[in-house]
Amino acid sequence: MAETFILIPGRTSKQGTSLNEGKYTDGYLEEINTVQIAGDDMQRLGLIDGDSVRIWNDVGEIVVACKTARGDELPSGMLFISYGDKSSQLMGGETHGSGMPDSKGMDVFLEKHSGSSNS
Amino acid sequence: MSTLRISGGTVYDPRNGIDGEVRELWIRDGKIIDPPDDPDVRPDRTLDATGLVIMPGGVDMHCHIAGPKVNTARKMMPDDKRVAPPVRRTALTRSGSTGAVPSTFATGYLYAGLGYTTAFDAAIPPLTARHAHEELDDTPIIDKGFYVLMGNNHYVMKKLQAGEPQLLKAYVAWLLNATKGYAAKLVNPGGVEVWKATGGNATGIDDNVEHFDVSPRQIISGVSQAVTELGLPHPVHIHCNNLGMPGNWTTTLETMKSLDGHRGHLTHVQFHSYGGNVDDQSTFCSQVPELADYINQHQDLTVDVGQVMFSETTSMTGDGPLGYFLHKVTGRKWFSADTEMEAGCGIVPITYKSKSTVHALQWAIGLEWYLLVNDPWRIAMSTDHPNGGSFLAYPEIIALLMDRSRREEVLNRVPAAVRDRCTLGDLDREYTLNEIAIITRAAPARMLGLDHKGHLGVGADADITIYSRNDDIQRMFEIPRYVLHKGNVVVDDGEVRSNEKGTLLHVAPQYDVAAVPDIQEWFEQFYTIRFRNYPVDESYLHDHRIVPTNPMQ
Amino acid sequence: MSTLESSTSTNAAGELKIVEDATCTFCGCVCDDMELTVEDNRITKAKNACVLGKAWFFNHHIEDRPEATIEGKPASYEEAIEAAAEILLNATYPITYGLSDTTCEAQRKALAITDWIGGIVDTTTSVCHGPSGMAFQGVGEVTCSLGEIKNRADFLIFWGGNPAESHPRHFTKYSLMPKGEFVPKGRKDRTAVLIDVRKTKSAKAADIFLQLKPRSDFELAWALRGLAKGIDIDPKVEQKTGIPLDTLRDMMDRMKAAQFGAILFGMGLTMTRGKHINSEAVLSLARDMNQHTRWVAKPMRGHGNVTGADNVVSWTTGYPFGVNLGRGYPRFNPGEFTTSDVLARQEADAALIIASDPMSNFSQPARDHLRSIKSVVLDPKLSETAKVATVAFTTATYGINTPGTVYRMDDVPIPLRPAFESPYRSDLEILKAIEHRIREHQLAGVQ
Repeated sequence: MAETFILIPGRTSKQGTSLNEGKYTDGYLEEINTVQIAGDDMQRLGLIDGDSVRIWNDVGEIVVACKTARGDELPSGMLFISYGDKSSQLMGGETHGSGMPDSKGMDVFLEKHSGSSNS
Repeated sequence: MSTLRISGGTVYDPRNGIDGEVRELWIRDGKIIDPPDDPDVRPDRTLDATGLVIMPGGVDMHCHIAGPKVNTARKMMPDDKRVAPPVRRTALTRSGSTGAVPSTFATGYLYAGLGYTTAFDAAIPPLTARHAHEELDDTPIIDKGFYVLMGNNHYVMKKLQAGEPQLLKAYVAWLLNATKGYAAKLVNPGGVEVWKATGGNATGIDDNVEHFDVSPRQIISGVSQAVTELGLPHPVHIHCNNLGMPGNWTTTLETMKSLDGHRGHLTHVQFHSYGGNVDDQSTFCSQVPELADYINQHQDLTVDVGQVMFSETTSMTGDGPLGYFLHKVTGRKWFSADTEMEAGCGIVPITYKSKSTVHALQWAIGLEWYLLVNDPWRIAMSTDHPNGGSFLAYPEIIALLMDRSRREEVLNRVPAAVRDRCTLGDLDREYTLNEIAIITRAAPARMLGLDHKGHLGVGADADITIYSRNDDIQRMFEIPRYVLHKGNVVVDDGEVRSNEKGTLLHVAPQYDVAAVPDIQEWFEQFYTIRFRNYPVDESYLHDHRIVPTNPMQ
Repeated sequence: MSTLESSTSTNAAGELKIVEDATCTFCGCVCDDMELTVEDNRITKAKNACVLGKAWFFNHHIEDRPEATIEGKPASYEEAIEAAAEILLNATYPITYGLSDTTCEAQRKALAITDWIGGIVDTTTSVCHGPSGMAFQGVGEVTCSLGEIKNRADFLIFWGGNPAESHPRHFTKYSLMPKGEFVPKGRKDRTAVLIDVRKTKSAKAADIFLQLKPRSDFELAWALRGLAKGIDIDPKVEQKTGIPLDTLRDMMDRMKAAQFGAILFGMGLTMTRGKHINSEAVLSLARDMNQHTRWVAKPMRGHGNVTGADNVVSWTTGYPFGVNLGRGYPRFNPGEFTTSDVLARQEADAALIIASDPMSNFSQPARDHLRSIKSVVLDPKLSETAKVATVAFTTATYGINTPGTVYRMDDVPIPLRPAFESPYRSDLEILKAIEHRIREHQLAGVQ
């Protein structure tokens, strides 16, 4: 059952540090291939940390692992992912005359994915 | 060594007492040399200037062409740039944009195209001196340098408050060395600090600057004392308090008096010569006669004008509270940036309209200055580019000064009140070509202490502008026939033919190194960069020349 | 350019080197107080560095990669320069992109190349605070150097950013914690507010956290502007923003009572719907507050020298980013000449990419096009973009291996003191060589 969420791609210090180690290190890849979900949303969707979820919009579709957001960092209805290849797959080319594509606050659908997250 | 002879031209070289004589000029290694005694010696090349007018290259002693404030003004005004004629790339030269604040390459080409071969940026915060050098490195052809903002510097104010003139003097010299700057500049001394701290301003030269407990008067006299003792080639360069305010002429007069016999240069003095009441626009009027009188009687003082021309331009200033004032008056977009421990900055686009009584009076007040200072050696042409208008307006100003009927024509179309509130309509004086050569090159070079600029005597830099005579004076000065920089033809009939780098001019005054620990201790407490990363090293200077100082013993 | 000698000391064996006052160029803070210990061409200690800085210094060691590749195969430097010049000379609509992670000296060369070939030049600004740059062109900006905040600010609003993770030393060195001339008690003299859609790690550092609903930054800023001017605000603002009007009123009272306030805003504003309009609202709010007391605003710029890139592009062309030199003079139009658009519309036919990885972070249509055209890529590390390059150069890392100039997020220029030499060439040297080759071709054509 797909639900709508607002996806916020952003920076984390882990993304920043692992970026320096290299974009092909496990640390960086894990960081950019994991979506954070609020605890109550995880519960409602029957997800546990490490489960695969499918996220899509009219631009693209990704399959990534999920984990519960720390404490009250994320309100219900919102997703967070570190910037990277996966978040970019959901970004359209339209910039509304600004040069900047919508890269935060994107409307997406999410559902549990039974296969592997192929990350 | 190849030699160049320029023959047949009519030379105006006021510093050497040559007022329109047909003479030969000989050039070698970028310098003017004596013509050979032996008439059989032939030059390697001859440039035939028969019928043409020859002057030294122009010297702009007060403009804004580099550094953070200038660059921000470029970024801020795409609307202005989009409709301005661009500078196109050629096989030899780079492209650029113009408008009120041209890009760096365009700035160099435009100055050269106008026959100007030297220009000084008038207001660089020391913390961003490195930025100014980078831009000047990308400003081709002209020789250049900049003045360093000191009038709201915390260390300056602290040393004044503590009564430590020796440390103040050492700091002024240290700072000029650290920045590779040319002169000490005061902008609204003390007033910018009041703005940074409270949003207010200093209203006169005896206001107290809280926390530092000093007055603008103390800053002016303290820094001018230091500059005098250091023997800098250019005296303290002052942008007075209360710029633009009706009634500000008394502040200007007090500032002149506060110098108390020290040399001093009052810049864009047009903006500081207003009578009237701040609260009543209709009282706004000229007080130039009174101020020019004071200048005429005091040999140690010089001015540049800061002429206002009717145009779209961008006001940019180290005078932070002035930027806020202009924003409130015009309602237009406003940039303000305060630099830690040192300075402020304000940028607001402005349109000077001939239909505005105030703007037309500002225009007239500038011209009054040129016409009321008796000795042309103590007044320099400037628009305070781009504040009063672009440096590209200089030919038009020259025409206004040389032709009274052109002034009349403008006076007849501006609001009638202008004639009543200034003396311009009564002034018959018309400048000669020789006097124009003084206020556009010889005098500013002398005020700057540049012995090798602004004249064509033996040993001078071979920076030469050659004009075709034209009954239309403005046209004559707009498109020189040839411009030479260091003996090379850089402009030929309006076409820029060079992409060479000019020379960076700076000073390196001696100072007491025992003062450095005190400076460093203060610095490390308050700045956000490391002390060692502050000074600009010589690698930033490309071709440069240290202009000597003459310290008092 | 800066060729500062590194102040170093070496032990008896000559293996250990200390570099003082070195500069970290990872984020826009550009902290210049690093003390680096260098052993055997490796930085082993980075005193004063934050977690990101340490990762930056410790991981930029020399990797064993070819100096240059053409079509993925190792090539000599000379062949690669020739191939790069040829690609750029033969292109009809080339684009130069990246530039925020290299020195100003290299940026100036990239500008020269783009000018000579009549291409587009754009920087990572266009996908970072480009919208804030547009906002500044609309309404101006009241701002200051970071030292002003350190020395004066008693009220701080962090908005749409997470400095604890993106600019870790901002709090301690520039804004929240330091003791300053007019705030002698440091943190105790300051009030800090965080406004964000997520309760990030930065929330712990703030006195007040306002959790904003996504995509309502504009409405919040506009409501605060109204309150600043004494205009009645519809209480329904709470439904939109998630923040009660009374909270906003209280906040405005505090803002007016401050001596010196600063709004430090992040990409939460520029990357969300509204973009430059969001930044414009926040810049306007800070400006309006000057009717009451001193306020400033400042975008939290990202990459080490993105601010330098803005400056270099501006002084060279008159415009900050997204500049088309194709007609022989500069034209500026975000949305038309910005990289995302030029690539997503499949317009550019060649690319020169310097120290940036658009193949990892651009929109899908832009990436698809970039993959299909010829490109010249300069990067110290292997990246998705370097992988698809026609000609790729491995470069020395700025600040670690090369000297030069970098502008901090507040436009303060800072010199670099390299720690050790790289076997690879600098961006500057490579770009100089490409420019030289291009000029040889062009001037031969003239004569």
